[in-house]
Amino acid sequence: MKKIEAIIKPFKLEEVKSALAEVGVEGMTVTEAKGFGRQKGHTEIYRGSEYTVDFLPKLKLDIVVGDDMVETAINAIVKSAKTGKIGDGKIFVTNVEEAVRIRTDERGGKAV
Amino acid sequence: MKRTDFERPVAKRVLLRGGLVALLMGAASLSWAADPAPAAPKKPEPTLEQRIASLEAYVTNGDPTAPLKDKDGKIPDGLATPTSATAGPGHNGWMMTSSALVLFMTLPGLALFYGGLVRKKNVLSVLAQCLGIAGLVTILWWLCGYSMVFASGNSILGSLTKFAFLKGVDSAPNTDYSFWVSHNVFSMYQLMFAIITPALIVGAIAERMKFGAIVAFVTAWMFIVYFPLAHMVWGIDGLMNGVWNAKAAIKAIDFAGGTVVHMSSGWSALILCLILGPRVGFGKEKMPPHSMVLCMVGTGMLWVGWYGFNAGSAVAADGIAANAFMTTTLATAVASFTWAAAEWILKGTPSVLGYCSGAVAGLVVVTPACGFINPSGSIIIGLFAGLVPFFACYKLKNWLGYDDALDTFGVHAVGGTLGAFLTGVLATLDVNANLATNLKDIVGHTLWLEQLKAIGLTLVLAVVGTTIIAYTIKAVMGLRPAPDQEREGLDITDHGEEGYNLI
Repeated sequence: MKKIEAIIKPFKLEEVKSALAEVGVEGMTVTEAKGFGRQKGHTEIYRGSEYTVDFLPKLKLDIVVGDDMVETAINAIVKSAKTGKIGDGKIFVTNVEEAVRIRTDERGGKAV
Repeated sequence: MKRTDFERPVAKRVLLRGGLVALLMGAASLSWAADPAPAAPKKPEPTLEQRIASLEAYVTNGDPTAPLKDKDGKIPDGLATPTSATAGPGHNGWMMTSSALVLFMTLPGLALFYGGLVRKKNVLSVLAQCLGIAGLVTILWWLCGYSMVFASGNSILGSLTKFAFLKGVDSAPNTDYSFWVSHNVFSMYQLMFAIITPALIVGAIAERMKFGAIVAFVTAWMFIVYFPLAHMVWGIDGLMNGVWNAKAAIKAIDFAGGTVVHMSSGWSALILCLILGPRVGFGKEKMPPHSMVLCMVGTGMLWVGWYGFNAGSAVAADGIAANAFMTTTLATAVASFTWAAAEWILKGTPSVLGYCSGAVAGLVVVTPACGFINPSGSIIIGLFAGLVPFFACYKLKNWLGYDDALDTFGVHAVGGTLGAFLTGVLATLDVNANLATNLKDIVGHTLWLEQLKAIGLTLVLAVVGTTIIAYTIKAVMGLRPAPDQEREGLDITDHGEEGYNLI
């Protein structure tokens, strides 16, 4: 099992969700997040005061899938979340040791 | 106006005649009822012409006792008409509406306009300050504030006792100020101005003054700055009441409070924010508005409420009020659009805060002028209001480095001063016949000089008064919270609450 963490632009959520559903991903968790990478921030001006905003709003998706699904899921995310401009986001993949479905106490691959 | 009355449709004329017949019959039965008591001295009866003229005065917002006066200008003992000492429903209705509109400017208009501009941790402190001031000033007004401003006294101050505890302030009009508006309605209307003025100061010192110190400051400021200034400008025997006081030493005009409300609060705000010092972290930490949405909602309420403030300052539902309604709209819309356009050109984007700031600036600048200018005058005011306070907020503040947190000085002091001056330049007899009473010779000529004198006196009173009060309170109880408390936010430390408990 692997966990895919994808940081994406907020307005890309619907497209990414549909693309993942199409390739058979059945669940995900979405968190509102703020951060920056190479994009850096932007400047906001309130009357005479200028502020550089470093942390930009993003969404973080957590998806856990079986090993065989990882590449398909990553491809689906990349394809649907890409605008080609700086700030499109990142994907991180990590190993997951265990998963439990609370309702049935199922373990491992059956639980995701 | 009278002429158009006679041109009414026939049906209405018949109704009017019917009404007159009923009036006549009422008068006849009244005199019949009085007959059986021959011992009492007979009261003189008004003629039908006198009664109609007295009633017509209601429509023209004139003096209903004028038709009763004899050649020497005296009213024979006991002579009265049913409308010669009573409030007129239309004028009274508009003034009660206007009073509520002006209160609406503070609660919640100004509170939200300011509340949206501070950081999240201080939003309630601003709301509490506006609410607290509303209650506090009302009590002072009842105690002796109204009497100090609107009772006759000397040219600087009214009477401490004449209307103290609002005694004698009943539903009959006080003819010093209006022939048709109830005295109690007039006093409540003026109270709303007394509430919003110190509330405006809060903008400059937001996020860093102890609530107790604000209460103490406002109490002293009302007595030392506001009550004398309002009497000088609007009191019947006031020093700067050029329109109504023939003996005014400074023949200045101020329709709705450019000097009394905006200059006084704006200049006091600058002095208080200088004495207070900048917010902890000012210039190093980010202090952007926490909710531009609240700020815009508040701005809309201010604009709507300002119709009560400006058009209501005619103290009648008459043609002067109607003109003020129009000039207020034009100047505000032009200023809002101009401010944001200036941003668009100089900064690249027209912002919501730009539209909001421009609208408020337009309202401020047109305030002293609205009842004295024509549409062209209001467009000129709108353009100046969109550019001069804009410059003050964008450049002047950064050059001088003071921390006027929400730009009370930039908008209200700069705008109020600009408005007081432009009023002198743009006022015209064509839209306000009252200017002809005492000022016929100077309107359109040297009125602007009188305006400059009024500006100077207002400025000195606000600056000196605020300096004395602020240093006194600083010595007695301190002005600021401890730095740690300021960092945590005044919502928790001063009020024990939080604005947003979302999770």
